[in-house]
Parts: sequence; C-alpha cells; structure tokens
Amino acid sequence: MRKSYKMIDLDCANCAAKMEDAIRKIDGVLSATVSFMSQKLTIETEDGRMDAVMKEVVRACKKVEPDCEILLK
Amino acid sequence: MTGKQKKTLYRILLSGVLFALGLLLPLEGIGRLCILLAAYAVIGWDVLWRAARNIVNGQVFDENFLMALATVGAFFTGEYPEAVAVMLFYQIGELFQSVAVGRSRRSIAALMDIRPDYANIEENGVLRQVDPEEVAVGDTIVIKAGERVPLDGVVLEGTSSLDTAALTGESLPRSVAPGDGVVSGCVNQSGLLRVRTTKVYGESTVARILDLVENASSKKAKVENFITRFARYYTPVVVVAAVLLVVLSPLLTPVSWPEGIHRALIFLVISCPCALVISVPLSFFGGIGGESKIGVLVKGSSYLEALADTEVVVFDKTGTLTKGVFRVTAIHPQGVGEAELLELGALAESYSEHPISHSLRRAWGKEPDAARLGAVEELSGRGVRAVVDGRTVLAGNRKLMAESGIPCEDCERIGTIVHLAVDGAYAGHIVISDEVKPDAGEAIAALRAGGVKKTVMLTGDAKEVGEAVAKELGLDEVHSQLLPGDKVAQVERLLGETSRKGKLAFVGDGINDAPVLSRADVGIAMGGLGSDAAIEAADVVLMDDAIGKLPAAIAIARRTLAIARQNIVFALAVKGAVLLLGAFGMANMWEAVFADVGVSVIAILNAMRALKVQG
Repeated sequence: MRKSYKMIDLDCANCAAKMEDAIRKIDGVLSATVSFMSQKLTIETEDGRMDAVMKEVVRACKKVEPDCEILLK
Repeated sequence: MTGKQKKTLYRILLSGVLFALGLLLPLEGIGRLCILLAAYAVIGWDVLWRAARNIVNGQVFDENFLMALATVGAFFTGEYPEAVAVMLFYQIGELFQSVAVGRSRRSIAALMDIRPDYANIEENGVLRQVDPEEVAVGDTIVIKAGERVPLDGVVLEGTSSLDTAALTGESLPRSVAPGDGVVSGCVNQSGLLRVRTTKVYGESTVARILDLVENASSKKAKVENFITRFARYYTPVVVVAAVLLVVLSPLLTPVSWPEGIHRALIFLVISCPCALVISVPLSFFGGIGGESKIGVLVKGSSYLEALADTEVVVFDKTGTLTKGVFRVTAIHPQGVGEAELLELGALAESYSEHPISHSLRRAWGKEPDAARLGAVEELSGRGVRAVVDGRTVLAGNRKLMAESGIPCEDCERIGTIVHLAVDGAYAGHIVISDEVKPDAGEAIAALRAGGVKKTVMLTGDAKEVGEAVAKELGLDEVHSQLLPGDKVAQVERLLGETSRKGKLAFVGDGINDAPVLSRADVGIAMGGLGSDAAIEAADVVLMDDAIGKLPAAIAIARRTLAIARQNIVFALAVKGAVLLLGAFGMANMWEAVFADVGVSVIAILNAMRALKVQG
C-alpha cells in the first residue's frame, strides 16, 4: 500500500534525509521518501499495516525534528 | 515571508543592534560581556534549546548541537564577538535559505498547478459546483470560458478553443467541437462547453500527471544518493577530527590548548553538509520543473540524469518521426487531369473504410455524390471496381491491373500506390504515404549538435519506406521489417554498444512498444495527452507530439546535472580548504561561517538557475 502525506514545517534538508533514514528502518516499511522540496512523505508499507506503521513514523520523525508535523488525514 | 521567517528577521535585527553596541561602546570586562551575551541570547536561544532537546532524543550530530557547541566553546575561549557573529550569520544564512527554498518551491508548484478546483455538474437544468472527485463517468458537466477542464470527456455541445499550455507547453490553442475529446487540465478559453465525462477524476489525465509529478522525487539520481551517503559520514568524521585536534595537537605540537580548542571549533562550524543536501535535490527539482514548463514530464531525477548522458537515441518510425497519418503525396496521371484522377479515385473508393480510401477522400476534399456512383464491387486484396459517371473505374494495386490485362508502370516514389484504369485504359496512379513530421529533421540535427553520437530508427515497415525516411532525416542507422520482439533485440544490441556511462534513449508513441520503452535506459513516449499507455510505460513523456522538444529536454537535463556538479565541487572545495586552513590555524571563525552558510546560500542561488528555461 502506497500513500503520501503532507509535512508541515519541514525546515531543513538534512533533517529530511535523517527522517527518511529512520522511517526506512521501521518494521513493515517497504520504501519511503521524504521530499524536502515537495514537503511530502511518500511511503509504501506491507498491506494493512499502514496505520500502525504511521504511528511509528510520527514518533521517529518527532525524534529527528520535533517542530515538524506530519498531516495524517 | 512567513510569520516564522519574519520573527527570525526581527531577532536578527535586534541582536545585530546589540552586537554593534557591544563592539562600539567603550565598555570593558563584565559590561561588554553582558551586552554580547544578551545579543547571543536573542539570536541563539532556539538553537541552544533545540540542541539540548535533540540530545535527549538521541540526535547528537545535528546542526543545532554543532552550532551551540561551537559558539559556547568560543565564549569559553574568550572570543565573545566571534561567538555572537557565528550565531548571527548562521541565522541570517538559515533565514535566507528558507526564503530561497520556499520561493523556488512555490514557483515550481505554480508551474505544476493544473489541479482543477471544482466541476460544474448539471442536474435537472441546474448547475452545481462539486468536487471533481464526486463526478461519475457519464455525467454531464459544463465548462465555462476561463475554467479548467476538470475531467476527461467528450464534447456534447458547444465549440471553443482550449489552452493546453499547462500540459504541453504549447501556446497554440486547440479547437474543439461536439464529438471531440477534451483532456482535463486544459483551460477553456472562449465558449461554453457541455461535456459528458468518460473517466472518473482519479483516472483522468490531470490526476495521473499530478500523481506522476508528485512521485517524481522518489526516483533519486545517483548524484543525490551519493550526497545522502556522503552527508551521513561527513559530519561524524569532521567532529571526530575536531576532537582529535583538541587532544592531539597540544600533545604532539607546540600548539596551546586554547588554540587547539579554537581550531576544533572552526571544524564544528563547517561540519554541516547542508549546502550539498539542499542544493543538489533543489537543482533536480528545478530541472524537472523546467522540463514540465516546455511540456516534458520526467518521472524522476534518475531519468533526468540518464537523459543528460544520452549517447544513442533510437526512434520508432510511425507516429514518432512520421505523422502516422496517410496522405496523398503524389498524383501521376496519364491521359487525364490530376484533379480528375483524384476525383475518380475518391469516388470509386467512397464506400471503403480502408485508411487509404480515407486519405484519397481527404485529398479530394468534397462530399461524394451518390448519384454519380453506380455499382461498386470490392475486390479483396486488390482494390475496387466501381461505375463512376457511367464509366467503369478500376482502382487498386498492380495485381488488379495485371488481372485485367492493363499494363502499368511502377512509381519511383515510396509509399502505397493506387493504380487507376478507366474503361480498360490506364489512367495513372496516386501515391499515398506517411508524412515525415516537419520538425523531425531539425530535431535529429539538434540532437547530434547537442552531443548524441548515434541516431537509429526501428520500424516494422517495408525496407524501401524505412530507408527513404532515414535518408530524408539523416539518421545513422535504420532497421526495417521488424516485429516487436526484433525491436527489443535491436535495442539490446545497441545497449551493448554504448559506452559505460553513455545511455540509450528510446522514443516511441507508447503503442505496441512498451517492452522496448522499459528495456531502454530512458523510455520516452510521445503524445502523453490522452494516451494512458504512454504515460504508464515511459520514464519521460513528451506531452504533445512534438519530437522537436527532445533536444531541448536533453539540454535542460545536461544543464541541471552541470549545476548539481558545480554545487558539489564548489561546496566540497570551499569546505575542504577551510578545514585544512583551520587545522593549521590559518582560518578564523568568519571564514568558517562563510564555508558553512555562505556556501549554502551561493549553492542555492545556483540551483535555482535550473528552473530557468532559455528561449
């Protein structure tokens, strides 16, 4: 399953790279890209695990850059 | 500027004033320290706060921490003005960076702003504005002048011209009338159109293109991956070097402890790889934006990279180099007039649905009058026998003429030849062939001038036809009478012949050539408008049928790559030089700040050039 989320206040490119790294290490994530340019997270997870994985993703990103918020819709 | 950026600006101004006071007022000792500390606090409190918070979160080597350490360290070694200045310039650089990135992001986003906001749906004669996603297939929507076409559909009523510039980069409007298809994302310029939708929003052209563009950044270029990997190691290595500098230089050399610490702090200031991490993806993003400005969709920066290294371009013939439409290209009458011959042919073939018959009628340009036509007999594989104005007309190939015992000559022109005979006497022939696109020859010349080493054409068509086209266009190689499988084999052979870095691009119209498109390093499809297959299978889509866009697309790709490389070399060279000078005590804090933020800002400005398209 593939989805993309808007990210708010993603202010530094290096942080985006770090988030991407952290997200890829999460169990159940098949691929992930954090685009600093489009301020977007594109993530592909194993089927049916998106919601659970996204909770982990939010936690991981908060660790890297607490000011940045992922818009879960 | 956003509210956040304004706040930073005010802090910079306030801190700057305090800093200037601290330097200019004749204060000594504690008074001077206090005013500089105040300046530092105003500008640096958030960096210190974030540094502390991130350490708690286990993020040690982040730029906040490095900046905090460098400036606090400078305070402890007694370099108060330097400490404040480093923080001040760091914040100025960050502000500038965020404004510049925000601006270029917005200009690229505006370029790709083809999303329709609403659709006017007609229900019981009343118009209602709805979300395009709510419209079902077969609904009737109304598009007023000035509105964007929200969904793909067919015109029921009304005529208008559509501005397709947002999709194709082509400024010439396209006129539509009832029965014509309209593509979402175009802007209705003049009349009111009533359109029956043929696709739901999610499958319509505009949604597919947006999806493609938004996911474009996930296919990263090799250069980008290199930068990401490099950044991961760069910071820790520089920090470790800084620690070694503190510990080892006073032990092994006559450098004093404070001097060792001072040099290490310089290292810390330079240790953020931001200039690279921001400017390289920004260059690619700008390049993809620039491509879309001329109506070329690139599905990811890795393809932009491949496009820049294109060495061999392989073309499909029909629909790519030629129009894919058959037209009368020569009329050679014998004993009758040209117009009369054409008229006879068109009338005789007026019941036939064969593409050849269509082109005859189109060339004639009049409506066939049924009264002039008597009995018509289709002779399969040969042609027709028809009675026109009371005369028996034979129209067809050589075989038909031979069967009827009418001598005929072959034509020197390449194409499909229709021979005609009237009441048993040869009347001449008409040549019908596919036309070469007007911009194809120019495009191939431009490709060669741009550095493409070899141009090849593959076609399923007859040898004479293929070779004639290749000669007209000045192609290096031509292979004809190929089945789809043979095309793959040819592309594989050519792939083997390219140099290690050189890439092979295949250009096709997306029909029947999906396997070749995916086999090539870069699959380029023509005419993305309305053709789902092309958008799906290709890596690069030329949105309209203009092959002439290809050289420009490659030029933009090359420029983008050049800009990205300039940034890498520039940033690494400056940082390397300042690190080296710093290690030997020949660089100061000011130079370090320049190597960090100054370089970032210059690299960003350079990256923004990628968005600009010349001409």
